[in-house]
Amino acid sequence: MLRKILSSRIAVLLLLAAMIAIVPVLAPSSFYLRVAALVWIFGLAALGLTILTGYAGQVSLGHAGFLGIGAYAVAVGPAKLGLDPLLSLLLGAVLCGLVAYAVGKPILRLKGYYLAIATLGFGLIVALVLTSEGAITGGPDGMQVPRVVLFGWRIAGVVPWYWISGGALLIGALLALNILASPSGRALRALHDSEVAAAGVGVDVAAKKLAAFVISGVYAGVAGSLLALMNGFITPEAAGFMHSIELVAMVIIGGLGSVVGAVVGAAFLVVLPQALTVLQEYEQAVLGLLIMVFMIVLPAGIVPSLRRLVLERAA
Amino acid sequence: MTILQVNDLGITFGGLRAVDGVSFQVSLGEVFSIIGPNGAGKTTLFNLVTGIYRAGRGSIRLAGEDVTQLAPHLLVRRGMARTFQNLQIFFRMTAIENVMVGNHLSERTSLLADLFALPSVARQNRRTRERALELLERVGLAHHAETTAGELSYGVLKRLEIARALAADPKVLLLDEPAAGCNAVETEAIDRLIGQIAESGVAVVLIEHDMKLVMKISDRVLVLAHGKRLAEGSPRVVRNDPAVVAAYLGEHGAREADRAHG
Ligand SMILES: Nc1ncnc2c1ncn2[C@@H]1O[C@H](COP(=O)(O)OP(=O)(O)OP(=O)(O)O)[C@@H](O)[C@H]1O
Ligand SMILES: [Mg+2]
Repeated sequence: MLRKILSSRIAVLLLLAAMIAIVPVLAPSSFYLRVAALVWIFGLAALGLTILTGYAGQVSLGHAGFLGIGAYAVAVGPAKLGLDPLLSLLLGAVLCGLVAYAVGKPILRLKGYYLAIATLGFGLIVALVLTSEGAITGGPDGMQVPRVVLFGWRIAGVVPWYWISGGALLIGALLALNILASPSGRALRALHDSEVAAAGVGVDVAAKKLAAFVISGVYAGVAGSLLALMNGFITPEAAGFMHSIELVAMVIIGGLGSVVGAVVGAAFLVVLPQALTVLQEYEQAVLGLLIMVFMIVLPAGIVPSLRRLVLERAA
Repeated sequence: MTILQVNDLGITFGGLRAVDGVSFQVSLGEVFSIIGPNGAGKTTLFNLVTGIYRAGRGSIRLAGEDVTQLAPHLLVRRGMARTFQNLQIFFRMTAIENVMVGNHLSERTSLLADLFALPSVARQNRRTRERALELLERVGLAHHAETTAGELSYGVLKRLEIARALAADPKVLLLDEPAAGCNAVETEAIDRLIGQIAESGVAVVLIEHDMKLVMKISDRVLVLAHGKRLAEGSPRVVRNDPAVVAAYLGEHGAREADRAHG
């Protein structure tokens, strides 16, 4: 019974909605809201990796590349092409999907370490292009992101972006949960455990992996757009290698395959560095140490480990 | 009616002729067993027939059509399903989910429908689950439906693999040592199950080391040694074939003797 409740779609969504609703009550300052909005945004990108890595078992060390494409879509679209920012966001998401398809088709044949390195290469290329195409992207100095005007209302300041990113996270979580409980989700989880057996019952393994890669690319792209729109400014650093690593770390620290885990992992890696700034030069070292301790104590990730604890207590 | 026709099939691994010009035919409703000493090439033959390995020579026809170069997931569409000698279970999924994946090909939803949880997905999930539960009942595992497969015992997982393969609704079912590692009671259950499956009109191709089981349920037996066909015929004929006794039972006997002497 408890197991059913803990894993039901509604319960997960309610939990996330409660988290989003409670932050402005507990910590109404714009600094805290900004940090929380970053959690929702990176949580959204991490959710994409939950589908790719958590469900289907395929690694990517290049997903910040999609983050970068999404971010620059809402910067370049309005500034250089005169497109509406929201339309730019949508086009950015579509572009991420197309790029993921084109890149994923050849490299998803690779497995394990080899796939990791190939995706790493993809991320590096995106960062390189964003840095070197200065005429369009502003080069390493980055570029301004025009403000969004919706029905005559200029969206500025952290509060609207807090709610928009929170809403996007909820939608992302809903879709990820939908997939999980569907024929596609079962096929992805199956090929994670045994590709040969999945193919042996008719699962088109290559097509399913590609679908997961495209979906996860779109998630990261939308997250990148939201990041750029909220910050009002974007640099190629968005597509940087560190962000790719952070996304993978979020998914693993939070709990591979867990929707709530992706958000908790994002919170871990977004909030902790902020909280640890008081330690000044020891910040990075302590963060690294905390990551190690968490992985040693909760090797299955924070959320699955806690879930097991609760279920054992109840039993 | 002949459903599977294997003609002069062969593959080499770095000079080793693992399967060397093997031919056989299987009809709907019969139990066709493949036996032979360890390393004879039985599993390799299955891997060829199910498209996991590309045949170096020869052809495979399924229901009259040439399927020699077809990928595994496409062969399933044509009615071929199998189990694996070294278990290939979806360990992190529940028993019923394992069987539900077996039903993949008859599921009528699209990726977009799945993403947006359209009503058709819920209907499909219900249908798939019902079918999976029926199959679990058929192999006697309904009470394990919601258990994570990784927590189930070896003998149970062997039957779970059969249920999963049956979910694909095969015309030809290839079983690679389904009774290996099973106790007497479990072997008995598998024996009965195979009989039922064949009776339902499915062609069963069985690799098995348990001679008592093979001799009891097979309609015909193919004996392999060093990748080649050594003999083929009814269990009685094969058992009394001098070449088989010498090569297969002889080697087997030698191994038993080895074991006895430590
Ligand atoms: N992928 C491969 N690469 C190289 N050699 C292989 C490969 N697959 C099988 N072989 C070799 O082919 C031969 C036949 O192996 P196979 O697994 O088909 O035997 P088997 O009859 O199934 O034996 P067992 O009864 O032990 O299961 C063995 O010598 C094996 O080492
Ligand atoms: Mg074998």
